[in-house]
Amino acid sequence: MVGPAQTHRLESGGLIDRAAPLGFRFDGKSLAGFQGDTLASALIANGIKLVGRSFKYHRPRGILTAGSEEPNALVELRTGARREPNTKATTAELYDGLEAASQNRWPSLRHDLMAVNQLFAPIFVAGFYYKTFMWPAKFWEAVYEPAIRRAAGLGRAAGVADPDHYDKAWAHCDVLIAGSGPAGLAAALAAGRSGARVILCEEDFAFGGRLLADGGTIDGVPAAEWITRALGELATLPDVRIMNRTILFGVYDGGTYGAIERVNDHLPSPPEHQVRQRLWRIVARRCVVAAGAIERPIVFAGNDTPGVMMASAMRTYVARYAATPAKRIALFTNNEDGWRTVETALAAGLQIAAVIDARPDVSAAHRALAAKGGFAVLNGSVSGVEGGKDGVRKIAVALTGGARAEVEADGLAVSGGWNPAVGLTSYHRGRPKWRDDIAAFVPDSAPPGMVAVGAANGAFGLGSCLRQGFAAGAAAARDAGRSGNAGAPPVADDEDFSLTPLWHVAGKGKAFVDYQHDVTASDIELAQREGFESVEHLKRYTTLGMATDQGKTSNVAGLAIMAVVSGKSIPETGTTIYRPPYVPVAIGAFAGHHRDENFHATRLTPSHHWAAEQGAIFVDTGLWRRAQWYPRAGEKDWLESVTREVKAVRGGVGFCDVSTLGKIDVHGPDAGAFLDRVYINTFSNLAVGKARYGLMLREDGIVYDDGTTSRLAENHYFLTTTTAKAGPVMQHLEFCRQVLFAELDVQLTSVTDQWAQFSIAGPKTRDLLREIVDPAEDLSNEGFPFMGAREVALRGGIKARLFRISFSGEMAFEISVPARYGDALVRNLMLAGKPFGVTPYGTEALGVMRIEKGHVAGPELNGTTTAADLGLGKMMSTKKDFIGRVMARREMLVAPDRQVVVGIKPVDKTRRLRSGAHIIPKDKTPGPDNDQGYVTSVCFSPMLDQWIGLGLVERGRERIGEIVHAHDPLRGEDYDVELCSPVFYDPDGGRQRG
Amino acid sequence: MRIVCPFCGERELGEFTYLGDAKPARPAAGATENEVFDYVYLRDNVAGPMSEFWYHGGGCRAWLKIARNTLTHEISSVEPAAGVGARQVGA
Ligand SMILES: [Zn+2]
Repeated sequence: MVGPAQTHRLESGGLIDRAAPLGFRFDGKSLAGFQGDTLASALIANGIKLVGRSFKYHRPRGILTAGSEEPNALVELRTGARREPNTKATTAELYDGLEAASQNRWPSLRHDLMAVNQLFAPIFVAGFYYKTFMWPAKFWEAVYEPAIRRAAGLGRAAGVADPDHYDKAWAHCDVLIAGSGPAGLAAALAAGRSGARVILCEEDFAFGGRLLADGGTIDGVPAAEWITRALGELATLPDVRIMNRTILFGVYDGGTYGAIERVNDHLPSPPEHQVRQRLWRIVARRCVVAAGAIERPIVFAGNDTPGVMMASAMRTYVARYAATPAKRIALFTNNEDGWRTVETALAAGLQIAAVIDARPDVSAAHRALAAKGGFAVLNGSVSGVEGGKDGVRKIAVALTGGARAEVEADGLAVSGGWNPAVGLTSYHRGRPKWRDDIAAFVPDSAPPGMVAVGAANGAFGLGSCLRQGFAAGAAAARDAGRSGNAGAPPVADDEDFSLTPLWHVAGKGKAFVDYQHDVTASDIELAQREGFESVEHLKRYTTLGMATDQGKTSNVAGLAIMAVVSGKSIPETGTTIYRPPYVPVAIGAFAGHHRDENFHATRLTPSHHWAAEQGAIFVDTGLWRRAQWYPRAGEKDWLESVTREVKAVRGGVGFCDVSTLGKIDVHGPDAGAFLDRVYINTFSNLAVGKARYGLMLREDGIVYDDGTTSRLAENHYFLTTTTAKAGPVMQHLEFCRQVLFAELDVQLTSVTDQWAQFSIAGPKTRDLLREIVDPAEDLSNEGFPFMGAREVALRGGIKARLFRISFSGEMAFEISVPARYGDALVRNLMLAGKPFGVTPYGTEALGVMRIEKGHVAGPELNGTTTAADLGLGKMMSTKKDFIGRVMARREMLVAPDRQVVVGIKPVDKTRRLRSGAHIIPKDKTPGPDNDQGYVTSVCFSPMLDQWIGLGLVERGRERIGEIVHAHDPLRGEDYDVELCSPVFYDPDGGRQRG
Repeated sequence: MRIVCPFCGERELGEFTYLGDAKPARPAAGATENEVFDYVYLRDNVAGPMSEFWYHGGGCRAWLKIARNTLTHEISSVEPAAGVGARQVGA
């Protein structure tokens, strides 16, 4: 779509492609631009000056800059799920069909009712959040915050999931270069010619930096030609990678850098199978920062009127985009560089209204230019701007000496000097140093391996940018061990640079320092009067520099004004700490592909696909997905299914996939001695072919993990951990092996993923196993007694490991086969078990049976309990040293009134018990003083036909039979419960031994 | 951050897990409660060069002893931690 004529577009010139017209919409209005435009330049070409409303006061705002430092021209870009708030019009590339909307206005940009906020300006002064809304607290949520959010703010998030993909990638190089201006390109040429692996990142879609607008002569040819030549040469170098639309946003330790590549932001939506943005982590031996400088405003009344623009931005729009922000331009400058805008404007046939120069001495060349252009050069400063949402009309000038003047103009270009972009060099808490000659902060130091050059280093002349960039590129290559011939450096002249510092001009009306957060000069004066003088306090009290632009155009002016009112110098006042990211980075880019089902890796058990076929309900346990229960047709809820599964196991036979348990093979002549040191009980004396339950402590004496460990051969143990602790226990055991007990000859191998393991439980377990296991294997109680463990052959010859261990309390075995046979085994178990009514059971039934048997698990091994608390104190060997032994004997860990594991059941047998309920003595008032513990695990016991539970209760084991009170303020429940033995079912353990 | 594992070469931080101060050595069997208490709980709050335990869990599973400056993250040496965490071999 192509809209109407572009009223503010020059007939010729600019780096736009007039053969490629583009249509776009702003606030619903159809407009036209060209390929090569940004949204900002296209808006300007269409004569649009008003682009947004300010954050607090809803003042009309226009475009201030032509880069990523823009504080005003923030729009909602795109629509629907791709709507992106707070997008800078100055960096958004125009594409055909682009839709943008202004922000923070109601009902429309031109008639914003919230502009009444200006009348209430006194309440929006510095610190207003702290002063006005401190009390009462509940008013904050109910009244103030919603009101502020309506009245003050930025754009709206899409509110729905982002449909696009984001990528994350690594790159490695010798020399990383930030910026493709003269310094950056010179650095790339030097490093590339030297044979270095080079990556150059340019934020813009076009290369050349300031040369794109300002031109110049390099090596005797026009800058544009030199850029083309340089890029051409770089393209021939084998290891030089030039990336546009990519900006370095962070510096991390060890030469690691963060960059964001806006791969497809310049298109309506990414082409199929392509990402929207890519987050780069670049590892570089050396980094050359050629990120340029940011022109700074001068603070004066009305300096936020649409049509007031940075001088460099004004000439960028004219020269690079052939778009005219104004027809009759006034320039307010305190330095030589601002005059370039006059030259550019005159060359484009625009009128200059006047130049207001704060410096007393203006060069003869400029005076001649003024005479030729027919405009006045006024020595003084701008004290006010008359105008409004339709732009600038008249400019009030305070002349040096006290007289006043007025200038009629429809645009005001402002230059207060240049601030080197010191972000990247300061991210390791570097403090830039002040340079009086340019009245700016420059890098004083940089993170290891990094150097700043050109304008980023305070060298504003074209010749010195080239020299510094080239020298740094050659040195960086040499440091990285590349010794090729860098050849001759590019040469250009240095322009004069002179500047008289000027930060703030007194005048009537609001004078803005931070445009995006509506912080005025008087806010800074107020902060100083109220004692918030330190720059870090100033920042937080006024919110100066805390908006999405991070104060790129405002911070230095803000602290300069603070310096004046507090009677200090600017270096004494200092800067705030610089922190990444340099530009906002989408959360989606940091997440990359790790979202939704790919948020983390998913581990599937060997029986997963079979269980899914059965319609199992799954539960996430860490990274694992485990079958929770297997519903059958006609069952009305989970409880009915789980109860059936438990009864089927206790009455017949069932199986459960327990492959998620951590499994570690422990090999070596000292394997037994090693285990003796990491478990509280002894394993060196475990007979080959036997399994034993083990408990591990942390070194502070608290229980760490538990599991069974079997001795499969003289020098080979097979250790299991809980599902949750599989990784941490492996790490802990490696620490013990490598660091604490390095003298032991032992090896550890994680085999969790290598073995599929199933628990087969119930009185008919042997009947089922005999169908699976080679008939030659003796599975009788004598041939394979309780706690036996050995390798067996299955029918068909596959080797399996069989362990006669029981978590359910039934006659049970656990069987392990290589993981690739897990699916086949589970299908065979179902087939062979059919005559016995074999029933698969999930983690719920597993949990019910362990509570019925009083076995402790995660809720009891909670990082606060000792072995004695769990009723396992007797396992603690007194004959050997082990991890946690000494600390476990500390007074408070063996105190008689500790909360210990006990069984709990409601007095009213029909009542549901809930975990988390607190235990209170019968005659005491519920409350922290009378709290004696809490319920840790509950289940409905099919065998007892009532709810039962385990809990940690003060002196619980001495109080069996006592009726206490369960207090559950979270659910508003209070009821009586009886403390009982934690073993609810088959207390003498006959079933598992049978 | 980058760590040069003596077994795997230079790798990025995400492959490693930090444990803490490598100075305290585990007291041998028979140590008093106070000695063990100090080993478990007493740590210097180091601002500057520090000797630390790191685990290369995303690589070779070696425990490493790394000299790192806590102010700058500069790493001056990386070596296998074998045996350095025990004061003497337990009985
Ligand atoms: Zn390694």
